[in-house]
Amino acid sequence: MSNAVGAPQINVTAMAVFVFFFLLVTLMGFFAARWKRGDTKASLDEWGLGGRQFGGWITWFLIGGDFYTAYTVIAVPALVYAVGAYGFFALPYTIIVYPIVFAIMPRVWALAHRHGYVTAGDIVHGTYRSRGLELAVAMTGMVATMPYIALQLVGMEVVIKALGLTGELPLIAAFIILALYTYSSGLRAPALIAFVKDIMIYIVVLTAVVVVPTKLGGYGHVFDVAGAAFAAKGGATGLLLKPAQMLPFATLALGSALAAFMYPHTMTGILAARSGDTVRRNAIYLPAYTIVLGLIALLGYMGYAAAIKVSSPNDVVPALFNALFPSWFAGFAFAAIAIGALVPAAVMSIGASNLFTRNVWKAYVDPTISPSGEAKVAKIASLVVKLGALAAVLFLPTQFALDLQLLGGMIIIQIFPAIVFGLFGRFFLAGGLLTGWAVGIVWGCWVVFGDGLKPVHVFKFGDSSYGIYVGLAALVLNVVVAAIVSAVQRAAGAQPVAAE
Amino acid sequence: MVNLLLLLPFVGLLWVPFFNMTEPSLFGFPFFYWYMFAWVPVSSLITWVVWRTGR
Repeated sequence: MSNAVGAPQINVTAMAVFVFFFLLVTLMGFFAARWKRGDTKASLDEWGLGGRQFGGWITWFLIGGDFYTAYTVIAVPALVYAVGAYGFFALPYTIIVYPIVFAIMPRVWALAHRHGYVTAGDIVHGTYRSRGLELAVAMTGMVATMPYIALQLVGMEVVIKALGLTGELPLIAAFIILALYTYSSGLRAPALIAFVKDIMIYIVVLTAVVVVPTKLGGYGHVFDVAGAAFAAKGGATGLLLKPAQMLPFATLALGSALAAFMYPHTMTGILAARSGDTVRRNAIYLPAYTIVLGLIALLGYMGYAAAIKVSSPNDVVPALFNALFPSWFAGFAFAAIAIGALVPAAVMSIGASNLFTRNVWKAYVDPTISPSGEAKVAKIASLVVKLGALAAVLFLPTQFALDLQLLGGMIIIQIFPAIVFGLFGRFFLAGGLLTGWAVGIVWGCWVVFGDGLKPVHVFKFGDSSYGIYVGLAALVLNVVVAAIVSAVQRAAGAQPVAAE
Repeated sequence: MVNLLLLLPFVGLLWVPFFNMTEPSLFGFPFFYWYMFAWVPVSSLITWVVWRTGR
């Protein structure tokens, strides 16, 4: 495998640069425990939300570093390399996500701030007084996040391999370090490291998009070569979408955008902000990362222009850097990607631990737990979550993590009605929302498994067929069921509980 | 009412047949690509206008 990415031997220069930056962020991770410390760190507000005090800049770096993951840097160009235009659905997705964030997330922040909520489960319990709906939301978040953490490790694995290292020890070492400083510093560690990670990614990407095309004969040539390669390849590939790909493209973009901030890691980034206006202003400035993501996606086409040969599309980006850049810059780029895996992996494990602590442990095991007890449970849970992800990557086939992550996107979108609808009105009742959630998840899983784990299902109405993202179709079903059941409940005399 | 402006990016980016074409290209980028890239600052600007109005 390592031969295929063009670095069969360990490259000393690249390795030295890589190790230097990795050690730098490790020190920062442990130092972060002292950064902007409040009165006491022994509470979930401090460990799990960094004291809810992050202003505009920190929030921008944290959410940017958290939402645009290392796996994205590897997988988006890989998809673009494999199929072309279709892989670019990530671009409309990460543009329309911000109007959604602007309209919804400041309300979520305000509600959570007013009542001291730490998780999506807290919000749902506070709004509907339903332990069942709270547990459904919490379990959905945890299940969707686990494979996502595993994929960050896959991203890290790809660049470690590109450095010429073999074996699993480097990955294990990196992850144990990550687990330790997350344990001691909580959300402050990824928030501080995100500054380094994001600046490194910006440097790498801006350098690549200027230097690579000049080496490869300009963007026109890059597109021409990629277009010719797709023409030779045939099938559902190309620089433009096939007619049958347009609806899948649009529904994937919309569905992904609705799901994006329902994940525990993105929600945690929002709740850690200092004010609702911090969130609003970030919805204006965060799209800067979307430009970078679009440029990263173009690396897939540059792979053709550079005549890179890879055994797996995931190796396109590392192979491109190894082929076109001096080894010190390749090492810098690989460090950026590996550190880029640490930030989301840390925030994801913190978000999942917050859910476990508040909506499982406190709800069912120890209702009278103290704030410091909560922090203790969450810290241990974060270790368990990360070890689980590590074990999954080491012992299960990578494809398993990919499939689960795909399912994760489909199920996380099903908590959208429970979290969002209550912010705008009180028509929906807990019973209806819980029924809709269950129907959406069961139907969605049934369709996805029936299709052999494909995210898009082809629906046939008469002679016409429509390819639609299953997550979005399941969400529509979820909302319809939730509305009908809520209406029936109301007809039977049920009333919404008084808001807290 | 200004809030309705936030719907524009959805219309502009989800109605795919409108921009699924090569010409007119710009700096070597087929229309499909530079059109989507162009929406990033436009969408930010729209959000900024809505934010300013709502303050």
